[in-house]
Amino acid sequence: MKLADMTELAARNLREAVLRNSLTTLGIAVGIASLVALLSLGVGLQQLVNRSVAHAGLFDTVSVRPRQNVPFGQPGGGRRTPRDSSNSQPPRPLDDVARKEIAALPDVLEVNPEIRFTAEARHEPDSQLVLVSGMAASSQSSGSLDGLNGKFFSSPDAEEAILQGDLAKRLVEGGQLPASLLGQEITLRFAQRQALPPPSEQPQSQAPNQAVGPDEEAMGYSIIPSEKKFRVVGVLPTTESGGGQVGINSAGMYIPLAVAEHLQVVQGSDLRNIARAATGTGTRYAALNVRAANPAAVAQIEVSVSRMGFATFSLIDITRNLRTFFAIFDLFLGIFGSLALAVASLGIINTLIMAILERRREIGVLKALGAADRDVRQLFFAEAGVMGFVGGVFGVALGWAIGRAIQLGTTIYLKRQGITSPNIWSVPWWLVLGAIAFAVLVSLAAGIYPASRAAKLNPVEALRYE
Amino acid sequence: MNALAGPVKFRAQLRRVTLRTMSVPETAAASDGNAIRADRVSRDYQMGEVLIRAVDQISLDVPEGEFLALLGASGSGKSTLLNLIAGLDRPTGGAILAQGRDLAQMSSEELAGHRNRTVGIVFQSFQLLPRMTLEENVELPLRLAEVPRNERSARVREALEHVGLSARAKHRPPELSGGEQQRAAIARSLVNQPRILLADEPTGNLDSKTGEGIMNLIAKIHHPNSGAGRTIVMVTHERSLAERYANRIVTLSDGTLLSEERLR
Repeated sequence: MKLADMTELAARNLREAVLRNSLTTLGIAVGIASLVALLSLGVGLQQLVNRSVAHAGLFDTVSVRPRQNVPFGQPGGGRRTPRDSSNSQPPRPLDDVARKEIAALPDVLEVNPEIRFTAEARHEPDSQLVLVSGMAASSQSSGSLDGLNGKFFSSPDAEEAILQGDLAKRLVEGGQLPASLLGQEITLRFAQRQALPPPSEQPQSQAPNQAVGPDEEAMGYSIIPSEKKFRVVGVLPTTESGGGQVGINSAGMYIPLAVAEHLQVVQGSDLRNIARAATGTGTRYAALNVRAANPAAVAQIEVSVSRMGFATFSLIDITRNLRTFFAIFDLFLGIFGSLALAVASLGIINTLIMAILERRREIGVLKALGAADRDVRQLFFAEAGVMGFVGGVFGVALGWAIGRAIQLGTTIYLKRQGITSPNIWSVPWWLVLGAIAFAVLVSLAAGIYPASRAAKLNPVEALRYE
Repeated sequence: MNALAGPVKFRAQLRRVTLRTMSVPETAAASDGNAIRADRVSRDYQMGEVLIRAVDQISLDVPEGEFLALLGASGSGKSTLLNLIAGLDRPTGGAILAQGRDLAQMSSEELAGHRNRTVGIVFQSFQLLPRMTLEENVELPLRLAEVPRNERSARVREALEHVGLSARAKHRPPELSGGEQQRAAIARSLVNQPRILLADEPTGNLDSKTGEGIMNLIAKIHHPNSGAGRTIVMVTHERSLAERYANRIVTLSDGTLLSEERLR
């Protein structure tokens, strides 16, 4: 029999015992709904995490450091083994030459120095110790400033600041909103490097407290306290409201990168350079942030930079593990969701066996008229398949509704807590189509036994059946 | 015909039939003028520890265009023999050839094709599907034969016209009388234009007047006013009916051939 005729007959047969078949189909729908609801939550949570990391502009960023500066435990870093120290040449400095070389690599959009330093942020009457980071102009379009209250820096050299919501909250007086800092000035106190004049120009007699030691002379600068005023132009959401920038460049306060470079602040790497009595002239960077044209290019850039003699680190390495975690998480959700479907499949078997008993004579007639065993088997398969398809479609709709309800409930609950609710639920197309296909597949599997039992009926005995 | 002389004469014929069957290839057998040939056909049923032989080594030739009546009391094996000819059942011994092809050698699929195209079957209890309309019932063999949809409606209409049920095409079987249901069953059995019509007590559930109408219809199928007729094998327990319409009567008893009478 042709597929169209088979499906038509199957649909007609299903309509005849409409209540029983509807209940069986409802069972499948509930099973699929639980599967879709759980998996949509799993997918939604995965997308939420991915979105957060991607918005931080870190999927396309590679952090480059001199080999000895890489913290233990990170790729390319770790403790140097005795063999390394005995064989290795002095590590290559991360200087302007290296920066140009990296910038010339394919798929590299820009290379910016990483400037991060600890400073005191003062907004009368409060002051807070804060981690300050230089922010490149490209961050404006990277999505890392989602939810920013206010605006981005007006120019690359503007003396403006964007505050992390948590810091702003600590700096304002009780009862005021963090956004009330917008337009106000904050004084930043920090340690500044001040270049020393050449030894020939240094005065012969100096006060004891201004004495220049041999180390200072070697490095060519002294450290002095300094301060600068910044106008607050933006405030990021607080972390407790689901906002806040995350990732390797997160800080309490952001200032334009060019301004940060100009401040000549003392960073941790400067002290390490002094301790190691590094030699040479020119700028030495603690770290460089390399922005790739797309996340796919990150791996190749990491390899190229490593070959230059630098340590690299990117969040691609972390997200790889994250993907594995979510794959396992989704698998578990799928297994739990499938339990209801397994119960529903027993319903299909029961319904079809009942149908065989009721329609025994009909099967005999079909065989007498020329239906082969294969035709009878396919007819019962088609009936199971139709139930699976209809159950799958309704199940997806029901699962979607359950997911929406969970999302709505979560939003209402979090809003009452004063927290912005993220989207934790997602029903992608592959889930819709996959769930319907799975429902049909499970139904067909459940139909194997009844269908083969129907096909094996002896037509003479079936025709005699009352 | 002498009732005692019948079986003796028949057995003598059977030996000749057997020899012919064994020596003639199937294709040649198809052209020897027999629509059906049964050669020492047996059918056993195992009932617990008892073996019941429903049909015991029956041999029989049914020439093309003959109207054969299988007569016998209940349990004589006539319906079992008809089921074997129909391909609804397989013999446990012997061979059955329909249109020259040995049913015992056919696969399950081929046997289904035989039931669909070579023979049409009419049952005592009509066996129409009550959920379907008459035209849907009549259409079923065409669906199974994978006849194109656009061709089916014309053939269904023609078959229903032939049995005088055009006006009832949209009705369901429970809405019809017994006679009308049997007419619809005949239309269904003929819609695929088989060469052989097998009828198992076609008037058994009908009153005498309606039964006569059905028999007239079957006689018309056997000898239509125009075109070729069909071979008919009818199972009945009513001798008067068999004598009135059949060319030949074969009587069965306890699964064996008891007698044969040629009437026309």
